[in-house]
Amino acid sequence: MAKPPFLKFDTRTLHAGQQPDPTTGARAVPIYQTTSYMFDDVDHAAALFNLEKPGHIYSRISNPTVSVLEERMASLEEGVGAIATASGHAAVFLAIATLMGQGGHIVASRALYGGSINLFLHTLPRFGITATLVDPRKPEEFEAAIRPETRLVFSELIGNPNLDILDIEAVADVAHRNGLPLMIDGTFNTPYLCRAFEHGADLIMHSLTKWCGGHGIVMGGALIDAGTFDWWAEPEKWPTLTEPYDAYHGIVFAEEYGPAGFIMRARAEGMRDFGAVLSAQSAFYLLQGLETLPLRMDRHVANARKVADFLAGHEAVEWVNYPGLESHPDHAMAEKYLPKGPGSILAFGVKGGRDAGAAFIQSVEVFSHLANVGDAKSLVLHPASTTHQQMTKAELEAAGIGDDLIRVSVGLEDIDDLLADLDQALKRALKATAAPKAAE
Amino acid sequence: MDITIDGRTVFANTGGRDIDPEQPVAIFVHGAGGDHSVWGLQTRYIAHHGAGVLALDLPGHGRSPGPAIDSIAGLADFLIQVIEATGLKKLVLVGHSMGALAALEAAARLGDRLHGLALCGVAGAMPVHPMLLEAAAENPAKAARMMASWGHGGAAHIGGNPAHGISAVLTAIRLTERTKPEVLHADLAACDAYKGALEAAEKVACPTAFILGAQDKMTPPKKAQPLIDAIAGAEATVLAMSGHMMMAEAPHDVREALLHWLKRFGAGKRAA
Repeated sequence: MAKPPFLKFDTRTLHAGQQPDPTTGARAVPIYQTTSYMFDDVDHAAALFNLEKPGHIYSRISNPTVSVLEERMASLEEGVGAIATASGHAAVFLAIATLMGQGGHIVASRALYGGSINLFLHTLPRFGITATLVDPRKPEEFEAAIRPETRLVFSELIGNPNLDILDIEAVADVAHRNGLPLMIDGTFNTPYLCRAFEHGADLIMHSLTKWCGGHGIVMGGALIDAGTFDWWAEPEKWPTLTEPYDAYHGIVFAEEYGPAGFIMRARAEGMRDFGAVLSAQSAFYLLQGLETLPLRMDRHVANARKVADFLAGHEAVEWVNYPGLESHPDHAMAEKYLPKGPGSILAFGVKGGRDAGAAFIQSVEVFSHLANVGDAKSLVLHPASTTHQQMTKAELEAAGIGDDLIRVSVGLEDIDDLLADLDQALKRALKATAAPKAAE
Repeated sequence: MDITIDGRTVFANTGGRDIDPEQPVAIFVHGAGGDHSVWGLQTRYIAHHGAGVLALDLPGHGRSPGPAIDSIAGLADFLIQVIEATGLKKLVLVGHSMGALAALEAAARLGDRLHGLALCGVAGAMPVHPMLLEAAAENPAKAARMMASWGHGGAAHIGGNPAHGISAVLTAIRLTERTKPEVLHADLAACDAYKGALEAAEKVACPTAFILGAQDKMTPPKKAQPLIDAIAGAEATVLAMSGHMMMAEAPHDVREALLHWLKRFGAGKRAA
């Protein structure tokens, strides 16, 4: 009685959102490789187009395979609904375009994925939407940056690439007392390590391409709505949700759909008009990944911890940045919000700076040098020369990204092989930087 | 739209169309901790198919200010006030759970002034467990999860929602969480205290439909049977795959059952 018997998280990674196919009995989620769906009759078609009844019309707006992924993500994050998108970046844009128009303003953490910073600082301003970036470790900076036209507070939980851990509850308090929703990029934590809705977030987006999919084979994103934000508290701020929308005969989304008003508007308008659709085939791959998410994340985190400890004790390493280490400034915050472990990304600097870092990158054999994270395979990257190269030196410094920073995405390989590969690459880096001195 | 009763505003969703007084008009009454949006997968379609829709936010719920009404008799009084305030004549009442008890009690008093009655997820008595009553008053989030757990059949807990991408269970939880503790407690206490369902059923004088969920643990169909038996000509539809939250669990079936029933009052044809 005191603990209602909801299905547990691990069970939901396998089952949520899917009933066995009623026609064939197929247990796996079928790939509905179709663009469109038969109407029963004229009235059925008219009703679907007017949102009078739920149902599939055209796969840009919804698809049965994709719908399973969407409902599974909603279930795992404990939100009222989700929309799967072509990428995580498409999910960010979908949320912004649903919440605001020209003149809108976003307050965001400055420790974001470089692509998000590009979107906020360089692309959205062309459409009249601006952003102010603030220190994620200072909730008071979020509050100070809020303006009358602000419509969203945005941050990653585990900052990219410096691994700052956001005090979600403090920033959620800031957002809510200013009448704003808080949106969290949960890519690095996945719903297995932290469910941001439990700490006050109102919207979550994921790049499913990363740990949720988990195998580096498919792009995808998700936007999930907690259904907690009260759009009617200040209805004039949210006309897309509280005012009639002519494109659907005057529907008022927050009225018609209650807690699901935001996510319904995002689909009805955003997926119809912006077209960042996820394919059924991609959704199928992502569902396969989700089925093993708890198992993989436990291994990712265990390996990351061992790699961090190894690097921290290595003679060729200047510093290690991993929230699981007590030396990390946000270690306590990580223990609070990420009790199962603070993910599998870490950063470190090789003694010898940029040249040593480059030598290390060139020397790894098991680790792969590429621009992705969250693969089953272990990955390394030098952000200053790749993902964050558009940022100025000042912007890089403000985001805490040094020239020598190596980002590591720890995979699922045998830990002995990973440590051996790191050891040999670090020793080569030492030799590479020591050689010129010997020549002098 | 807003309806004014004794100077107080009552919000009602109209399903996206203005009311035509020449058509039958269905007043939809939500259950404990709900609001008009629980009917969203039925009302928009019905409003576009020949019947007016007034899906109410009962006092203290959704966009209607409180205080809540704390008895089924009081809710029935309120529904009669709504009917009188609108001035509409060709009226039917559609209720779910607590709203069904209120509609039943109002129907008993209205006699042949009411054209029809549809009762979803209803039983002759709705005792509420003391732990749920306590949680409603002190911990609405816990109460919301209790209600969602019992209220949904097994299939809904797994998913596969016809409303694609939407979690029926989580939407129910979030809606209940929005309800103020004193309002949720008043709702559940009203259900628990009401003993007049059978007596009211015996007075109903209009065509009546029951829509019940075979997996309903809160108001199982067998508990509705005495009410069905008491109302002459009552029709019952039992939805095999649904629990108590049938409007979200079996949205197509509930909509079709309601529309089938509304056809006898002249609804059913798509509006121009």
